[in-house]
Amino acid sequence: MPAKILVVDDDVAIRRLLRNTLLRADYAVVEAESGKAALRQAAAEQPSAILLDLGLPDRDGLSVIPLLRAQSEAVILVVSARDAVDEKVTALDLGADDFVTKPFDTDELLARLRVALRHQGLSGTTPKIIRRGDLTIDLDRRMIRRGSEEVHLTRKEHDVLAVLARHIGRVVTHERLLTACWGADEDPRIEYLRIVIRNLRQKLEPAGPVGSVIANELGVGYRLRGDS
Amino acid sequence: MPASGPGPDPGRPDPDALLRAAAREDRGRLKIFLGAAPGVGKTYEMLSEGAARRRDGVDVVIGVVETHGRAETEALIRGHEVIDRRSVPYEGRTLREMDLDAILARAPRLVLVDELAHTNAPGSRHPKRYGDVEELLAAGIDVYSTVNIQHVESLNDVVASFTRVRVRETVPDSILESAEIEVVDIPPDELIERLRAGKVYLPDEATRALGHFFSKSNLSALRELALRRAAQAVDARMLEDVRALGLGGTWAGSERIVVAISELPGCDTLVRAAKRVADGLRGPWTAVFIETPRAVHFSDEQHARVAATMTLATQLGGAVATVPAQTVVAGIKSVLVDLRATQLVLGKSHRTRWFELRHGSIVDQLVRDTPDVTVHVLPMAAASPAAQRARGRSGQWGTPAGYAVTTLLVAAVTGLASALFQILDLGNVALLYLLPVMAAASLYGLRTGLYAGIASSLAYNFFFLPPTGTLTISNPENVVSVLVLLGIAIATSQLTARVRAQADLAAASARTNAILAGFLRQIAGVNDLDAAAQMICDDVGRLLDVQVVLLGRGNGAEREILAASDPAYRLDTMDDAAASWTFDTGSPAGKGSGTLAASEWLFQPMKSGERVLAVLGVASDRVGAPVRADQLPLLASLIDQSALVLERLRLQAEMRDVDVVRTRDRLRAALLSSVSHDLRTPLTAVIAAAAELHHGTTPALIATIESEAQRLNRFVANLLDMARVEAGALKLAVEATDLSDAVAGAAHDARRALEGHAVRLNVPPDLPLVRVDPQLLHHCLLNLLDNAGRYGEPGTDIVIEGRHRYGELRLAVLDRGPGLPPGREGEVFETFRRLEGSDRAVGGTGLGLAIVKAFADAMGMAVEAANRAEGTGAAFTLVFPSALIVRDPPLQGTS
Repeated sequence: MPAKILVVDDDVAIRRLLRNTLLRADYAVVEAESGKAALRQAAAEQPSAILLDLGLPDRDGLSVIPLLRAQSEAVILVVSARDAVDEKVTALDLGADDFVTKPFDTDELLARLRVALRHQGLSGTTPKIIRRGDLTIDLDRRMIRRGSEEVHLTRKEHDVLAVLARHIGRVVTHERLLTACWGADEDPRIEYLRIVIRNLRQKLEPAGPVGSVIANELGVGYRLRGDS
Repeated sequence: MPASGPGPDPGRPDPDALLRAAAREDRGRLKIFLGAAPGVGKTYEMLSEGAARRRDGVDVVIGVVETHGRAETEALIRGHEVIDRRSVPYEGRTLREMDLDAILARAPRLVLVDELAHTNAPGSRHPKRYGDVEELLAAGIDVYSTVNIQHVESLNDVVASFTRVRVRETVPDSILESAEIEVVDIPPDELIERLRAGKVYLPDEATRALGHFFSKSNLSALRELALRRAAQAVDARMLEDVRALGLGGTWAGSERIVVAISELPGCDTLVRAAKRVADGLRGPWTAVFIETPRAVHFSDEQHARVAATMTLATQLGGAVATVPAQTVVAGIKSVLVDLRATQLVLGKSHRTRWFELRHGSIVDQLVRDTPDVTVHVLPMAAASPAAQRARGRSGQWGTPAGYAVTTLLVAAVTGLASALFQILDLGNVALLYLLPVMAAASLYGLRTGLYAGIASSLAYNFFFLPPTGTLTISNPENVVSVLVLLGIAIATSQLTARVRAQADLAAASARTNAILAGFLRQIAGVNDLDAAAQMICDDVGRLLDVQVVLLGRGNGAEREILAASDPAYRLDTMDDAAASWTFDTGSPAGKGSGTLAASEWLFQPMKSGERVLAVLGVASDRVGAPVRADQLPLLASLIDQSALVLERLRLQAEMRDVDVVRTRDRLRAALLSSVSHDLRTPLTAVIAAAAELHHGTTPALIATIESEAQRLNRFVANLLDMARVEAGALKLAVEATDLSDAVAGAAHDARRALEGHAVRLNVPPDLPLVRVDPQLLHHCLLNLLDNAGRYGEPGTDIVIEGRHRYGELRLAVLDRGPGLPPGREGEVFETFRRLEGSDRAVGGTGLGLAIVKAFADAMGMAVEAANRAEGTGAAFTLVFPSALIVRDPPLQGTS
C-alpha cells in the first residue's frame, strides 16, 4: 500500500503540481487548503508525511507544527517561500523534520521525502551500520572505515557524528549539536563545531567538493546525507 | 556694536516702515484707554465699548478686569464671558493672574485686559502684563486695555517730578505707539468730587500721597500730559503711514539726537529725557556709551548699570552704540560726526571744581567744540560720596610690598650717595634720588611714587642738605630740588599708569581679536553639525567665562541640546520656556532680558534672515546679566559668525538631501525599466514555450521553460535583496563561517547558471574561519558565479580561488570572458550598470554586482573587480580584512 501524503497549501496550482509529482512517484495524496483543514485531515487520514506551507490563510503555519506533532507521528516537511534562517530553525525546533524552500526542485523534494520516510520512527535510535560509498560507519563499535582503511576519530568528532547519524538525512541545528556534544561547563561556540565538521569531512569525504557526506544547511545546521 | 545709522532717506518708501505696516495687518489691534489718574473711568469705558462690540456680533471675552467693588462696573461685566484667572502661589499667598494660555486657547476676536502696567507674579512667562498683551496681539487677537499716564515709561520722571510719586510699574512707549489711544477724560474738579464721594479705588502708593497727588494743579498737568501723549501717538501713526508710502517731505527728518551715557547712576533719567526730546523733534535717537581706557577698571555693578541703561534705551525705541575712544570728549565728538547728530543730551556730572580745573569740564569742551550741535545738559542724581570714595580708593594705594621695596631703594640710594658724596655735588645727589622715585612710580603707581618722592626728599634733606642731620633747609634753592622730586613722582606715575591702562586695553582687544580670528579659522573647517556646535559652546564659554548651551533642531525636527560647555547640563522647566520663547519669537529671553527673567540663563537667537537656526544660552554667577556689558559686542559677533557657520552646514545638508533624492529617483526609474524588461522577457519565453507544449513536448521547450524560470527566480531574489539594502533593513546574523562550506553551497545552488563551464575549486581546506553573515555571503557568491557563468565563454573554466596572505583573506571568482573595460573596472558595481562592451545579449539586470557590493560593505568586506593578469577574463575578488578572520583556531573543545 502506497504511503499517504497530506499536502497543505492554500495555492491551488501548487497543490495540483505537488499532487501530480507525488502520484507519479507512487504516493497516495490528500489535500488541505488551511491550517484547520490540515488538522482535520491529519486526524482523519493518518498520513505518513505532511508537506506544510507556512503561509496559510487562517493561521501561521509555524503554529500548526506543534498541533500536528501532538496528534500524528507523520513526517513534517515544511515547504515555504519564506527563507529566513531563524524561521527554519524555529520550524525544526517545533518538530518539523525538514524544510524545502520554494521555488523547489521536484527531484530534490522527492529525495528529501524518501529519506525522511525511510528513517521515520527510527529517530532517537542509532542505526546499526551506515554505509555510503566506500564509507562504513559502525557507531556501536566505534568503527569507521574507508574502504579497508580504518579512520580514527577524536571523541568530539565521534560525538558529533553520532548525533548526525541518529538523525540521518535530516538537518540537525547548530544549537542542538552544540548542546548535545559540548558539556555545560564548556563554552559552546560555533567555531568549535565548524572545526570539528571540517576535520570529520577531511577524514570521511572523498576528494571533490565538500559536503558529499556532511551537508551544510546555510545558517541552520548540518545534515548527514542518507543514501539516496 | 556699530552705531545704527541715522534716519532713512525721506522720499523713498522706508522698507522697515512697510514691514511694520504689513505686520500690523496680521497682528491683533491694541486699543488703550489712557487716563490721567485713577478714577477717571477707564475700566468702565473699556467695558462699555466691549459691550458695544459684542452687540455688533464680535466675539468678546474678559481676560482680566479689576472692578474694585464698583457696582456700575460689575454690572457691565455681567454680560461678558470671563476667562477664569489662574492661581499662582507666592510666598504663602495666592496671586490671581490672567490666564494667558487659556485666552490663547479660547482665541476670541477681542479680549479686554485691564491695567496694562501690572507686574505679573514671579515665574510668569512675562514679567509684565504688557508682555502677555504682546503675545495676544501676535496671535492675532485684538486687545482693549487701560493705562494711567504716570505709567508711561518716558513720562515716568516728569510725573514723578511734580507729583513726587514715582511708580515702578511702567509701560514702554513702543506699546503706546503701536496702539490706538482713547483718552478717558473728566475735568479735574469732577474727579476730585468723585474722590471725595469714595468712588475711586486707590493703589497703596497713591493713598500715601493722596493729599498731594490729587491736587487740582497736578491733575491738570497729568491731564495735559495724557492728551498730548494721545495726540503724539496719532502723529506717530500718521508718520509711519507717510513713511511707508514714501511721501517724505513732511517728515522733519533733519533732527538726530544723541544721548551720552556713562557708568554713573542716573543715566536712565538721561535716556528718558532724550526720548522725550526725540519725540518732540520727531527724530531718531541713539544712546552712546564711550568706552575709555577707564572701562577696564569697572566693577561688575558698573558694567551692569551700563547694560541696563542700554536695554532701557532699546525698549524706548532708541538705537544704542558703544564707541571706544581715548577720552569721553573725543568719543562723543566722533559719534556726533558719524551720526550727523543735531542734538546732544548730556548729564551734568557731580565732579568737584578741582577735578574740572585739572581735566576741564566735559560739557564746556563739547559746547565749545561742536558749534552745530544743540547741547542739552541735565542734572543727574548724585552717587553717594562714600561710594565714590570707596571706588576711588580701590587698587590705587598700591601694595605693602611696593612700599617696602621703595623704602629699601631710597635707603640704597642714600647709602650710595654717601659713598660718592666726596666726588658728587649736591645737585647730582638729588639726581640720584630720581631713580627710586621713577622706579616706584612706574612699578607701583601714583601713591607709592609720591611716597618715594617724600621719602627721597626727606632723606636728601636730612642726610645731604646743609645743615645735615636736621630737616631744615637753609638754602631756598634746595626747596626747588625737593619740589622737583615730588613733581617727577607725580608725572612719572601718571604717565606710566596711562601707558599701562592703554596697554591693558590694547592687549585685551588684541586677545579678543586673536581668539575671534582663531575661532573663525577653526570653525571654518568644520563640516559636522555636532562638532561645530561643541566648538561654539567651548569657545564662547572660554572667551566670555560663562556656561554655554546651544539648542537647535539637529537632524530631527525636535528641538534639542546640540552641545553644552557642561555635558551634564539639562534644561529645567524655566530655562526650557525661555529657550522656546527665543526659538519661537527670535528675541532674547531669560536672565537680563525683559522676558522670563526668572531663568538663570540668557538665551539669544542665532538667525539667518528671519529664520532662527539655533539658540545660544549663556549663564554665569554674575549679578544682573550673565555677560559683562563690555563683552556684549564680542558675544554678538560670535553669535553672528556662529549663525553663518550653522547656516552653511544647513545648506550643505540640504544639498546632500537633494542629491540623495535625485539619486534615488534615478534608481527608481532605472529599476522600473529594468523590472518591466527583465521580468517580461523570461515570462514571455515561459508562456510561449508552455503554449507550444500543447502541440507536443520537446526537450528544447522544457529546457527553455526551466532556464527562463530560473532566471526569473534569480531576478526576484535580487530584487528582494536590493529592496532590503535600499530600505536599510539589512539585519546581519554574523557567525563564524567555513568558506569551503560557503563555496560548495554556492556552486551547488548556481549549478544551472554554470552549465557548460567546468568549475575548479581552488580553496585550501585549512583557510581560517571568517565572521560573516552566511546568508549574505551566499548571495554574494551566487551573484559572482552567476555573472561568471553568463560572461565566461562556453566551455571555459570558472575558477574559485581562496588565499590567506598578509593577514587578509581573498576569495576570487575568475572567468574567461571578454573582461572589463580597462580603467573602468570599479563601475561594474554601480546599480543597473552593465558595462558597454560586455552588454551583449546576455540576461541580467546589473543588480547582481551592486548587491555583491552592498552586502560586502554591510559585512565589512571589500570587493574588487579587475581583469585577469594572464589571458582575457574578469576576476572578482571578495576581500575579508583581518578583523573578520577568526584568529585563534579553537583547539580546545574540538578534541
